[in-house]
Amino acid sequence: MAPAALLQRLTWLPAVIAEARAETPQARTLVLDVPGWPGHRAGQHVDVRLTAGDGYQAVRSYSLASAPGEQPAITVARVADGEVSPYLVDVARPGDRVEIRGPVGGYFVWEPAMPYRPVLLVGGGSGVVPLRSILRHHRQSADPTPMRLVYSVRAPELVIYREELQAEHLVYTRTTPPGWPRPAGHIDQGLLREVAWPPVDSPLAYVCGPTAFVEHLSGALLDLGYRAGDIRTERYG
Amino acid sequence: MHVDGNAAAGLLTQVFARDMTGAHGTCGSCGHNGPLAEAVVYGEAAGTVFRCPTCDNVLMTLVEAPGRILARLAGLRWLAVPI
Repeated sequence: MAPAALLQRLTWLPAVIAEARAETPQARTLVLDVPGWPGHRAGQHVDVRLTAGDGYQAVRSYSLASAPGEQPAITVARVADGEVSPYLVDVARPGDRVEIRGPVGGYFVWEPAMPYRPVLLVGGGSGVVPLRSILRHHRQSADPTPMRLVYSVRAPELVIYREELQAEHLVYTRTTPPGWPRPAGHIDQGLLREVAWPPVDSPLAYVCGPTAFVEHLSGALLDLGYRAGDIRTERYG
Repeated sequence: MHVDGNAAAGLLTQVFARDMTGAHGTCGSCGHNGPLAEAVVYGEAAGTVFRCPTCDNVLMTLVEAPGRILARLAGLRWLAVPI
């Protein structure tokens, strides 16, 4: 990190929704026009603030879905009884205004760096969003780091970024596509043994998803021999 | 509904004027040491509460008030900020 960036004064930036793209029946990607956007790192967050007509404000944190160098974009999954997500998924349209604070966060972030430590990305549900930013960044920068994503999702119609992630390891927990070689089920030790980089290669792991998923996976990676300090986690719900 | 310290990165930056998700806190109750990113964070009440992922002790509370943010760090024994 550049020394100048160490002290960070945050302000709310006006943003306009430039594009809205349905990813699944439950999730939508919003590309944002943010004049003065300083750029972001893969895995960082933004806070989004909505202001109602009566002045009531709600703030939520979202992972950035786009790669560094791209316009900021978030992918929002609808939370039942949510205050903000139903608006962002179902109502907001291109041209609508929101406010943005960020980019923020430096823990769940990946940057190409020597030595090239292999990276295992493990996402559950919409936990795949920051991992997609990392994966895109990795592909675009033609970085030689070995990187692999294991993406756990309930059913085929809920796969976010479907086209981009076809070559990755998808694990269906409830319903599989027809003829899928692996029965529906959670990521287990056997699968991890097949796809995770062996501990002897000093891998880094990024695990993001619901709390129970992250607990299960970080435990499984520790059992496999991953070092606790090499497993970055992000939990929600 | 809870999240973790990653989702509080914006608020933490407001208070500390730098990224704090990678700063390590030591729980004043059980001694667990870990990054603030891994704290359990509750944000629906009047303030944002950071709890120890091991023993649930309240490490830190941040309350946004008009014109200021109040920070209570009484549950932390240490806070180690990388420079």
